[in-house]
Amino acid sequence: MTDIKKEKIANRFGYSDALLELIEKDKNIIVLDADLAKSTTTSRIKDKYPDNFIDVGIAEQNLVGIAAGLSLDGRIPFASTYAAFIAGRAFDQIRTTICYSNLNVKLAGMHVGITVGADGPTHQMLEDIALMRVLPNMIILNPCDVNEAYNATVQAYNHKGPVYIRFVREATPVLTSREDEFVIGKAKVLRNGKDITVISSGQILSNVIEAVQTLEKEGYDIELINVHTIKPLDVKCIADSVLKTGKLLVVDEHQIHGGLGTAVFEALMMSNVSAKTGIIAVNDTFLTSGAPDELIEKYGFSSSAIETKIKSLFNAE
Amino acid sequence: MLTSQGTNVTNVNNIMKDYAQIAKTIRRDIIEMIYAAGSGHAGGSLSLADIFAVLYFGEMKHDPANLQWEDRDRLILSKGHAAPVLYSALARSGYFDPEYLKTLRKTDSFLEGHPAMKTPGVEVGTGSLGQGLSIGCGLAVSFIKRQTSQRVFVILGDGELQEGQNWEAFMFAGHNNLNNLTAVIDLNDLQIDGKVTEVNSIEPIADKMKSFNWDYTVIDGHDFDQIQEAFKKARLSDKPFAVIAKTVKGKGVSFMENKAEWHGKPIGKEEYDKAMKELL
Repeated sequence: MTDIKKEKIANRFGYSDALLELIEKDKNIIVLDADLAKSTTTSRIKDKYPDNFIDVGIAEQNLVGIAAGLSLDGRIPFASTYAAFIAGRAFDQIRTTICYSNLNVKLAGMHVGITVGADGPTHQMLEDIALMRVLPNMIILNPCDVNEAYNATVQAYNHKGPVYIRFVREATPVLTSREDEFVIGKAKVLRNGKDITVISSGQILSNVIEAVQTLEKEGYDIELINVHTIKPLDVKCIADSVLKTGKLLVVDEHQIHGGLGTAVFEALMMSNVSAKTGIIAVNDTFLTSGAPDELIEKYGFSSSAIETKIKSLFNAE
Repeated sequence: MLTSQGTNVTNVNNIMKDYAQIAKTIRRDIIEMIYAAGSGHAGGSLSLADIFAVLYFGEMKHDPANLQWEDRDRLILSKGHAAPVLYSALARSGYFDPEYLKTLRKTDSFLEGHPAMKTPGVEVGTGSLGQGLSIGCGLAVSFIKRQTSQRVFVILGDGELQEGQNWEAFMFAGHNNLNNLTAVIDLNDLQIDGKVTEVNSIEPIADKMKSFNWDYTVIDGHDFDQIQEAFKKARLSDKPFAVIAKTVKGKGVSFMENKAEWHGKPIGKEEYDKAMKELL
């Protein structure tokens, strides 16, 4: 199974790593930001390729609209800012201008999830998957580390049409390598097992892997799947696994309604696949400010909490 | 209009001798379409007929025979509910058979209630107000980067300017000096709930343009000489340019003129007959 490397890097750097390489080959790429270029790491593009960078200031609706206009002239825009502001504030622009016209615009939602920590609930975006998932034509990628973020960015570029990619602020363990295959819509089975299926994606995956590794030593045979593409969901991969194990836990660092968990449960029911299910998600509440690791603990996403949940689901009749 | 072949076509359809004639045809189309559809926005379409006649049959560089022509000018109808005026201008300049106009808003027609990409000649879908000027900014930036002389026209409603996103876009265009961008503000002073100046006034609009680093001119939006002169000024300006066009909502149909209720009311048989008679 995947090793958790000691090395920690924030996966947003994978975004700018990929863009720097892509722009070198394709000057049609334009990276846009809304006054958060340092946070989103797009300042690296601004420094190296100023002609391929636009800062629109604090104006996310305009950010998305300008990206739309650029795409109409054959450019490939990457609009970047915090997820709370792009998926939230500019939802109508994403829906009506980008998705309805199926424009080739890439949206980077930065600083998703619990680990935004101290900035508090206004900035801890935990609703963006739900918002983006209902939009026709939209692809949603949720990379787990810096290398998967790099690959997600490259594949978003290769895909013609709207793509929403999620990134986190905190440095997280490196789990994958750039050489790993990354196909949009194709989930990755990280460990084959027969007792229970565990599904997750994004930075929380490292805690899930840690839990699975601990339980492995105790004799649990867990099948672990990294669903880096939340839309389109790899229903076949998930259904095949659940048909084998009969038990499913989804660990989804998002509001319980409308996130990866809901997406998986919907898809299984629509495929007439039933299972004993469990979910770890944010339980329909706004969180609080706090240190990232403390919040992870408080809201039930620590590896030990995940272990406990897997065990209880395993023992459930 | 100048086409991709470099030819100057001012008379696509032989019936169309001049702007007044074209505008009248557009107005008749608008009434026909909305009557056939049983719904649609007559008032704000009629107010733009004269401006669209000048844009599609004179000012703009475009080619109905070459939809993907890279060097064409772009028009974005930000006030998407005025789709009928756009569809008529597109059909009459040759993008599709005017017969299709009667399919407006019908299931399986390519003429959606609000502009959609599937209509030949429509550059982008619009309808949720306030989004077109940002799109126009993106196109204008791209054209400047390509060092092309192409122009971008964004058609805005006056009521629409109550949407805050417009002001993000006005600020961006002024700051970046997007001198290939022209905004037409259809100043008919009516929105669904009444007079714009009473609901939530956008005045003084000219001062706002100036303070956002735009050039502007205020014209009678039904005077063809003034409309042409305004677009000429826009071309020569070294700043983004606003054509503040004072118009009459429902212009050309006496009982619709300056009536807020004709923003989106269906046209009945009697009203249809009366309107078409006035537009002979």
